[in-house]
Amino acid sequence: MKKLDYYRFRIIKDYVAHFLVYLSLVAALIPLFSILYEVVQRGISAINLNFFINPTPTVGEKGGGVANAIQGTLITMGFASLIGIPVGLMSGIFLSEYSEHKLSMVIRFFNDVLSGIPSIVIGVFAYALIVRSIGFSVIAAAFALAIIMVPIVTRTTEEALKLVPLSLREAAIALGVPRWKTVATIVLRSAKKAVVTGMLLSIARIAGESAPVLVTMGYWRWWFASLNRPAANLALNVFVFAMSPFESWIVLAWGSALVLILLVLGVNIAVRVLTKERY
Amino acid sequence: MAPKFEIEDLNAWFGSKHVLKNINMKIEENAVTAIIGPSGCGKTTLIRCLNRMHEITPGARISGKVLFNRVNIYGNGIDPVMIRRKIGMVFQKPNPFPMMSVYDNVAAGLKLNGIRDKKNLDEVVRRSLELANLWDEVKDDLNKSGASLSGGQQQRLCIARALAVEPEVLLMDEPCSALDPIATAKIEALIRKLAENYTVVIVTHNMQQAARVSDYTAFLYLGELIEYGPTKQIFENPKHELTERYLTGEFG
Repeated sequence: MKKLDYYRFRIIKDYVAHFLVYLSLVAALIPLFSILYEVVQRGISAINLNFFINPTPTVGEKGGGVANAIQGTLITMGFASLIGIPVGLMSGIFLSEYSEHKLSMVIRFFNDVLSGIPSIVIGVFAYALIVRSIGFSVIAAAFALAIIMVPIVTRTTEEALKLVPLSLREAAIALGVPRWKTVATIVLRSAKKAVVTGMLLSIARIAGESAPVLVTMGYWRWWFASLNRPAANLALNVFVFAMSPFESWIVLAWGSALVLILLVLGVNIAVRVLTKERY
Repeated sequence: MAPKFEIEDLNAWFGSKHVLKNINMKIEENAVTAIIGPSGCGKTTLIRCLNRMHEITPGARISGKVLFNRVNIYGNGIDPVMIRRKIGMVFQKPNPFPMMSVYDNVAAGLKLNGIRDKKNLDEVVRRSLELANLWDEVKDDLNKSGASLSGGQQQRLCIARALAVEPEVLLMDEPCSALDPIATAKIEALIRKLAENYTVVIVTHNMQQAARVSDYTAFLYLGELIEYGPTKQIFENPKHELTERYLTGEFG
């Protein structure tokens, strides 16, 4: 009799635990789906062909689109990646290959600190360093975004390279392949997918960054002109349009938000597809 | 004939752990030298000192001399990369490059060192695979992944890969311990064949294997070279009591 009671008690505990786990899952998913629902529902009405081929409308004008913002965002992201990815990749290689080096401990520590710095602070840093000398520009925004990318790429590259078995490195070194070549070919090639995944995740991260862009890019409602001028930007569109008094602009803000979410989602799906192949 | 290696007062450490103590031995050219001894006695460390692989482990260091063709490989101005091209190595676990085909695995040493001439590579790949007794088994699957071969084939692929850069010496670190008896027999036959043109140093924890394949045997215990001589003499008439106790299975 006593044994049976104990068994029932265990069953009840199991139910309670299950319930709590599912409850947390739902609680975590509610915000995500409500945001997605709201953005899709409101943004979808903004989306038509004009939305994708026209630039920002002038004040009060109806219609208009976000084509220039998509262009500007892609250019800024591309330029940021051009700076952030090589620096992050090489730092990651250094940390993984010379992990016992004293400098590595220091770099690893500051890299962790850097990844924890609020992005607005990085934006202000870029403002002081670049905007004050050459003005609001794509360069300044890309520089700020690159600083956000570096710790992400560094960390994921380091982790990916550390997973490459020692036996493969030794095989190459024993063939008389110099150390740098072993890393550049055998090690990087073995870890290629994980390294690329880290890069894509860092791109997804900066795609939606708005605070640092706000203080470095300035406002621009035309097509991209030059790297040392501002460019339109999707995240800034959401910020500027949503605060405007015009109904048609607010619709554009929702549309921009939707495009931004799809962009980030697209990168994340690419990551999923890439990592799935591995297993 | 001059010995291939002359090891003089070799000491090796991992951090503060003293793993090789005053090793002095000569290794003959075009012969098979086996290094035996219980686990942790320094066998692997000893052969890794012969092609300067020991030092790639963080915290590892050595003292003493290793003369290879009469030149100290630890001397000033000696490039460890060049040493490793002359002294190839085969590891305990077969470690073909998994993202490369059979062909590319064998050609890897040459390709990574800048040799791209297709005709030359084809020739080297074929010659190395033939030398490693693997050509007949893989000649139709040269584009298959190196990782798709069986364990024994993978190990012979690794031997072919090491031979492709035309070394003078082949160091083998327990090359059969991950293989079944049939694959082991094939590798052992191969070792005998290679000894005609190469100097082979093999680490093994299998005493019968040492007796079968080697011309000379060194017995290591707790980092010291206890006894070294022709294999026949070591096995039939060991001079040292420890050697005899190890060979008769009293400890291991």
